[in-house]
Amino acid sequence: MTANLAPAASAAVPAAEAAGIYKQFGSTQALRGVDLTLWPGRCLGLVGRNGAGKSTLVSILSGIYPADRGEVRFDGAVAPALGAVGAWRRQIATVFQHSMVVPGLTVAENVFLGRQPQRAGLVDWRQMRDQAAQIMSEWGFSIDVNLACADLTVEQRQIVEIARALASGTRCLLLDEPTAALERAGIERLFARVRQLTANGVAILYISHHLEEVFEICQDVAVIRDGELVLTGATAGLSKDQLVSAMVGSNVAATRADLAPEAARQRSPAAPAQEPCLVIDHVSSGSPGGRVTDVSLEVRPGERVGVTGLLSAGVATLARIVAGAAPYETGRVLVAGTELTAGRRDLNLKAGVGYIPEDRQAEGFVAALSVAENATMTITDWLARVAGFLRPSTRAAAAAPLARRLSIVSAGLGQISGELSGGNQQKVTVARALAREPRLIVAITPTRGVDVASKSLLLAELARVTDETGAGLLLASDELDDLVICDRVIVLVRGERFTEFTDPPFDREALIAATEGMARGTDLPPDSNPERPR
Amino acid sequence: MSETPDPAGTAVADRGRAAVEAILQGRSRSAVAISLLREAALLPVLAILIVVGTFVNSAFLTVSNISGIGQQISALGVVVVGESLILLIGGMDLSLEGTFGLAPMVAAWLIVPVAAFGSGTVLNPYLGILIVVAVGAAVGLLNGMLIVKGRLNGFIVTLGMTIVLAGLQNGIVKGNTLFNLPAAFSYLGSAYLGKVPVSLIVTVIIFVATGLFLRYHRIGRAIYAVGGNREAARAAGIKVDRIRLGVYVAGSILAAIGGLMEAGRVSAVTGQQGYQEGIIFAVFAAAVIGGVSLQGGRGNMVGAASGVILLGLVQNILDLANAPNYWIEAIDGAVILVALLLARLIGGEASAE
Repeated sequence: MTANLAPAASAAVPAAEAAGIYKQFGSTQALRGVDLTLWPGRCLGLVGRNGAGKSTLVSILSGIYPADRGEVRFDGAVAPALGAVGAWRRQIATVFQHSMVVPGLTVAENVFLGRQPQRAGLVDWRQMRDQAAQIMSEWGFSIDVNLACADLTVEQRQIVEIARALASGTRCLLLDEPTAALERAGIERLFARVRQLTANGVAILYISHHLEEVFEICQDVAVIRDGELVLTGATAGLSKDQLVSAMVGSNVAATRADLAPEAARQRSPAAPAQEPCLVIDHVSSGSPGGRVTDVSLEVRPGERVGVTGLLSAGVATLARIVAGAAPYETGRVLVAGTELTAGRRDLNLKAGVGYIPEDRQAEGFVAALSVAENATMTITDWLARVAGFLRPSTRAAAAAPLARRLSIVSAGLGQISGELSGGNQQKVTVARALAREPRLIVAITPTRGVDVASKSLLLAELARVTDETGAGLLLASDELDDLVICDRVIVLVRGERFTEFTDPPFDREALIAATEGMARGTDLPPDSNPERPR
Repeated sequence: MSETPDPAGTAVADRGRAAVEAILQGRSRSAVAISLLREAALLPVLAILIVVGTFVNSAFLTVSNISGIGQQISALGVVVVGESLILLIGGMDLSLEGTFGLAPMVAAWLIVPVAAFGSGTVLNPYLGILIVVAVGAAVGLLNGMLIVKGRLNGFIVTLGMTIVLAGLQNGIVKGNTLFNLPAAFSYLGSAYLGKVPVSLIVTVIIFVATGLFLRYHRIGRAIYAVGGNREAARAAGIKVDRIRLGVYVAGSILAAIGGLMEAGRVSAVTGQQGYQEGIIFAVFAAAVIGGVSLQGGRGNMVGAASGVILLGLVQNILDLANAPNYWIEAIDGAVILVALLLARLIGGEASAE
């Protein structure tokens, strides 16, 4: 299939073009003949499930891997040699999902990383600062170029990366899940920037798991599945359902559309007489990642309670406290009536708390170990026979049913987890949490960076486990889509309990308003956007 | 796989499951084969060295020479096991060198008579062996507390500790050499069972036991998890601090046992045993050539053992070849670098990091 979405007139030469790209990793055919064209002044959305080949395609377009077959062209000319990093960067720049700024260096240094302006063989600091400041003001970004990047917010770091791309003269930008780490207002500002860039003739490839974003800012969209482009077209002529079924490959697979009614169905609420499986009793913590102030809540067996709020609202902190992964200063946390020791994850696990951490790369799994080993890491004491010894085959047998239920796609349970796609790594993380048959599951943004179909599968599995085992679920997430499985949602604002929604299905608008600290029905405030170009 | 005749209803599900499991087992078997291949990455190099040795000197392939090599590398081997454990949890211990000298020194000082520069306490030699282990454990515990509880950098802590230990070692005996070691104390390093040195037997047992422990014990697996991703291990409920502390202690005890072997082999303890010969360099070289990653979480005992054997063969061949004395260190170092490169080429990306 070709993605020749020629725009009306002017730009006859595509900014970037991938023609017949094939790429194989070991026995996996990651890409099979992909043709993709980026036109100046247009934003092309690239969507697909985890493992569909998005990352591989981005890597090839960015000059990180060579293609086995096929060709990359910029402005109609063949791409520079793979080693010619400088030449390649002048053609195309990628803003990766994980920040690639050097925290110890200033904004100006990061913008000119590796190609600092020089005078007499030495770095010309003044010119570097001036040029960086000029780029910032040209594009309407308001960041002091002398600040250390360590002191910037996630959003500002992303701007630094975009500025770096623009400073190299690139007119072709790849944004790999740029909204993953941003708050809602930050996302709006990013969209404004994307529109501004395309208006100035920059070509953008926008990779996202959020279809609504694609519809909002992309003129064109391409769907990749199993290494092939299966659908391309103008977003205006396509519906969300068409995209989802193209991604999944058939209409029958579980999609979010299917999940929502199923999860939001009327559940008989847990009998109030039952003892709560989690009691948070006036807990406070001054964690730098988001403080929590005097929060109390209860979760009953089988109940699914969502906690949401802005990034800094203490949502993740609260969940980490309950999981025993973070300390707290005052208050008590009780699981099934027993008070937990603060910050002792090992005791907490034994008390029956399963934990799905926020950042799977940092806390979710050990990349060098196998799927089976990671999935059963929480239950080695159960699996061990004499004197703590256990067989790898026992672990594989214990991991197999979990892997099946969560549809972990791997070349066998012996495969190293680091080789899996992001979505499957997340499933391994979830398997690890569920392996010990927890009494309470603490999940933080369990579907981040996961494709639409895996997302529904993970949420459905969490719902199923709570229904069947009577485990409670504390779901901390700023993704409203995650909250559809919840019976109640508690909104935190600046670490304090702001309001509670008890009646699913929840109204998106009202939830969003509440996270911003506005009561239901209040008018949105006038746009308070300091960085929007004038 | 699915021969079990089942009542109709569950048959399909069972067949599916059997198929999945068959695939899983098939895969894991081939995965095992691949990992064995990686572990055996140094075998061709060892084979080449043996061929070279045979050509260099006809004495190379004699029983007495081989058992001599075995005795020479035993002490190094035991310390390599200790360092490998510490490397696996993502740590690094330079002070194993100091422990290697100090532990047998303190013990010998307490058991030999004043005439042999002892302290005069003349303790029972068996008690001396316990003291060796206790000194090792104490140093390991101190290192571990400073690094794990004190959150200090392991490299600097153990660097400082090496200097302290070496100073203590030399200071206690005021530069003298302790000799006249009782037979029970030097048995481990000097005795033979038939043609086989006892030290080699013990070292092989330590390698095998540690290898099995790492592969099949919960704590062994937890060591890999802690070294591979400390935060993920913590989130999975593993007692990360306790394991790190325990490994520092175990590593130091092994270094102390290695020192006891060395003392027995040369029937004396000098004030400089360990750092005089710079044993820590050989320890790191053997571990890394053997594929134990300095980044933690990767490596195994088969690799570590082949690294030790490789160093032992090289040393022996250089001796037999009458390599010029002044150049022997340069050659030794060059061979280590070449071995490292070969290990990288054969073992792939992850090795020799």
